[in-house]
Amino acid sequence: MAEVVLNTGDTAWVLASTALVLLMTPGLALFYGGMVRAKSVLNMMLMSMVTIGIVSVLWVIYGFKLAFGYEANSQWFGEISLSGLGSAVNELTNNGGVYPVPLLAFAAFQLMFAIITPALISGAIADRTKFTSWAVFVAIWVTLVYFPVAHWVFAFGNKVGDTITGAGFLAGRGVQDFAGGTAVHINAGAAGLAMAIILGRRFGWRRESMRPHSLPLVLIGAGLLWFGWFGFNAGSALGANGVAALAILNTQVATAAAALGWLLVEKIRDGHPTSLGVASGAISGLVSITPACAFVAPWAAVVIGLIAGVLCALAVGLKYLLNFDDSLDVVGVHLVGGLWGCLAIGFFGSSAVNSVGLNGIFYGGGTALLGKQAFGAFFVLAYSFIVTLIIGYAIDKTIGLRVKEEAEISGIDYDQHAETGYELTSSSRGGYSS
Amino acid sequence: MKLITAIIKPQKLDAVKEALVSAGITGMTVSEAKGFGRQLGLTEVYRGAQYKVDLLPKIRLEVLVSSSMADKAIKIISDAARTGSIGDGKVWATTIDSITRVRTGESGEAAI
Repeated sequence: MAEVVLNTGDTAWVLASTALVLLMTPGLALFYGGMVRAKSVLNMMLMSMVTIGIVSVLWVIYGFKLAFGYEANSQWFGEISLSGLGSAVNELTNNGGVYPVPLLAFAAFQLMFAIITPALISGAIADRTKFTSWAVFVAIWVTLVYFPVAHWVFAFGNKVGDTITGAGFLAGRGVQDFAGGTAVHINAGAAGLAMAIILGRRFGWRRESMRPHSLPLVLIGAGLLWFGWFGFNAGSALGANGVAALAILNTQVATAAAALGWLLVEKIRDGHPTSLGVASGAISGLVSITPACAFVAPWAAVVIGLIAGVLCALAVGLKYLLNFDDSLDVVGVHLVGGLWGCLAIGFFGSSAVNSVGLNGIFYGGGTALLGKQAFGAFFVLAYSFIVTLIIGYAIDKTIGLRVKEEAEISGIDYDQHAETGYELTSSSRGGYSS
Repeated sequence: MKLITAIIKPQKLDAVKEALVSAGITGMTVSEAKGFGRQLGLTEVYRGAQYKVDLLPKIRLEVLVSSSMADKAIKIISDAARTGSIGDGKVWATTIDSITRVRTGESGEAAI
């Protein structure tokens, strides 16, 4: 076998994608921050920002090895040891095959996924979560849920010659998830559902509409997420190549179609297409095309996106039927959109667009792929939901998860951070009153 | 001397202000307010869910007038603020004991 040498084009794209995916988390902070009420904007944004801090540090201590190590030769987790990234400057990435990209670039790229996944959960528990408890939750959750699940899905093992060792449970079974429909979106959505159930509903939920305090922030955040998502999806090709090009185009058209689909539902059902709708619709498209972006043709991406927009617009109403306060619709958008995207591969998957892809039902591949996709999607859903319930319950019974009622009503920003988002007049404390 | 207080729809502020000024009533204080009347607000649909919104945005307009002008001022305001639909608001008058102009120290009707 010829020795693989570092490819500068591939490396440059993975490095650029790393920066793009990082930007998604501050983008998410804006997206979520605009959606909450003015009195909790800072807490909402800080939940994302502190996640960047916590997960980055854990990643270089042990997280990377736990997710992508292979020496344990386990399909459930990588390796329990220090990451050892410091000595890897000259190593290339080996993830089911050797990529001409430095291992450190791959580690940095994958770190950004590990950051945004727990940050996504914060939307389900807006306005009412103790900040230190959130920080503890993030550290435990990435350790017990994200790092192992990332191993199941994204770790294709150590390939030496024709032998692969330590491939992940779902990756090894041929579940197709290009950029994280299971590991990121279903995972975060199921965890968000569990945490919303444990924390309980906000005071005044259903009685007050709790409208977003700043839709311009929501739209800026959605725009940054959309932009960064090109790195998320196309960067997952781990190279500057045709697969990355397919992923970037599919990401664009699915997102565009989903935004239109959501607006259509609102126009027909409520009479008004809304700015929150166009933002949520775009995110639902990005979520649903994430697992499928390199396995389907662009026409299929449009269909997947359009259905995602319609489906998620209807799904966000579920919380009212089931009576849980998933404040910013993490379940309706990420869990439902993620499930749809994973299952959609079983219908629209095509080996013609990607040589490692498989044919779905519409390309004569039968139902085998759909079965695998459903298994992977629901396996991650169940694991994440159950383990998150246990983690959340344990934190709630020890240090407590929820702020006091008075703090929640007067504003969590001042209670938890001694700051307020908007000091608009000299006599106000940004909406805080005691 | 009377203090006229009017709660009106925000979109009627300009019409009321112009009507008062053209009738020679100058000087008013306007503040943004929220409230509800007999209808207890209204029902709105947002993101597919229905909500009862009781406190609706209103404008509170306060005008000081001499007692002889009070009825005229109330009529001007209520005519200008009327749309005919629910939520048009209310106007009332309160008797004032004393008024002092801060700059000159004038008091009574001279301070209006």
